[in-house]
Amino acid sequence: MDEMQKTILDYVKREYLEEDQEITPDTPLISSGIVDSFSMVSLKRFLEKKYNIVIPDDRATPQAFDTVNKICELVRAIQEGR
Amino acid sequence: MAYNEAIKKAYQEELASLRAAGLYKEERYIHTPQAAEIEVEFPAGTSPRKVINFCSNNYLGLSSHPEVIKAAHEALDRWGFGMSSVRFICGTQDIHRELERRVSEFLGTEDTILFSSCMDANAGVFEAILGEQDVMIADRLVHASIIDGMRLCKAQQDSYKHANMEHLEEKLQEHQDKRIRMIITDGVFSMDGDTARLDEIVRLAEKYDAMVFIDDSHATGYLGPTGRGTHELYGVMGKIDIITTTFGKALGGASGGCVSGRKEIVELCRQKARPYLFSNTLSPVIVATTIKVIELLSQTADRREKLLENTAYWKKGLQEAGFILKESDTAIVPIMLYNAKLAQDFSRDLFEEGIYAIGFFFPVVPKGQARIRTQISAAHEREHLDRGLEAFIKVGKKYNILGKTKEEIIEMYGL
Ligand SMILES: Cc1ncc(COP(=O)(O)O)c(C=O)c1O
Repeated sequence: MDEMQKTILDYVKREYLEEDQEITPDTPLISSGIVDSFSMVSLKRFLEKKYNIVIPDDRATPQAFDTVNKICELVRAIQEGR
Repeated sequence: MAYNEAIKKAYQEELASLRAAGLYKEERYIHTPQAAEIEVEFPAGTSPRKVINFCSNNYLGLSSHPEVIKAAHEALDRWGFGMSSVRFICGTQDIHRELERRVSEFLGTEDTILFSSCMDANAGVFEAILGEQDVMIADRLVHASIIDGMRLCKAQQDSYKHANMEHLEEKLQEHQDKRIRMIITDGVFSMDGDTARLDEIVRLAEKYDAMVFIDDSHATGYLGPTGRGTHELYGVMGKIDIITTTFGKALGGASGGCVSGRKEIVELCRQKARPYLFSNTLSPVIVATTIKVIELLSQTADRREKLLENTAYWKKGLQEAGFILKESDTAIVPIMLYNAKLAQDFSRDLFEEGIYAIGFFFPVVPKGQARIRTQISAAHEREHLDRGLEAFIKVGKKYNILGKTKEEIIEMYGL
């Protein structure tokens, strides 16, 4: 796991999961019902602050936030201006 | 653009996918007034069956209470059927203001404003009083109407893990730079039947300079020593800044809701809340009858006590039979089955036994937490509860889940 995966996974665990819940970077979060899309606002804010980026609302979709890996992908894309 | 074939097909496909996912909701036609015993036509087209009702919000049994019906008849004669106006044009009778006063008195608040429903109250209140410099911090299990209201408001959104006070505290710390922090919670959570720890929440609100909002729809009228609601239960009357609630459950169950709380907040809602400004006033029949209901509640504790006794009896019976109940301190008693299909099958079999209780599963509750939710009423007689228990035990035996642990049930049926 790289640094970004680890940081985001840790945040997701702390922010959304109970202590007995385990996930991997590929565990679906929203589509599986582990996290509801309403609660995802705090994740968006965390990413923007941590990585000093602005995630446009039309890219902060439940699909783009569904796994830790997809979130990393989104952050990198925005960092690289894609 | 016309309603062309492509659009029609897209809608049909969406409906089909709801059906395929088991999310399509079917209405059940009731051929009687709301009561402990009702006649239900289900599936549509079959002849109605007599069943005992365990799924209404008629907590105090007032929906078809003779005195309530009598009050409604009198109100209809005295005040007419409708007002055909929003409140601020020509839709406010003296009884509308009277009901607002009575609700404030009952809840122990400074002022109250009526809405057509609590859904409307929740949809309107946040936008009317919060702006971009503010933050709304909500329990993650708040009712859908609160989420909708928050979405309509420009203030920042945040949320904390259900009932987790440490997490709430972290959030309050994180948002110290905002103008207003508002903690938002249901008083009673309708899916689990648990209550928000309002004593703790008020303590945190005082420590971190936050306002407190509660939606007490499932508590008003019966919870707490004199039925005022969750804030009375936790001894924090007067310390909740905003209470929204409904007249559509314990208080006679017709319809209507309100925002009750700090005087200035209510006044701002009267100026700015869009569902108040742009929707018709509450019918005079409902207004006058709800006043009567509040009077009835203030006169006697009988119905509240009966509800408490009934609930205790019901929980004890289910627990002794070996069901797993969700910890609840209200008249909402969820029986945990974990698996969605099991919950559906269980509910269908109960119906065959003359017991009407609904299964809830994802996305209404989290995955793997499917359940039958039962709601107890003061309208239930001991005999209704006994017949309910008998049916639950019979169906529980059929599925071999009595006395089984959560893990054993999941092992048998999956998640
Ligand atoms: C917690 C909660 N808030 C609000 C509502 C909506 O109330 P009303 O039916 O008055 O719109 C409900 C009812 O479904 C509810 O359970």
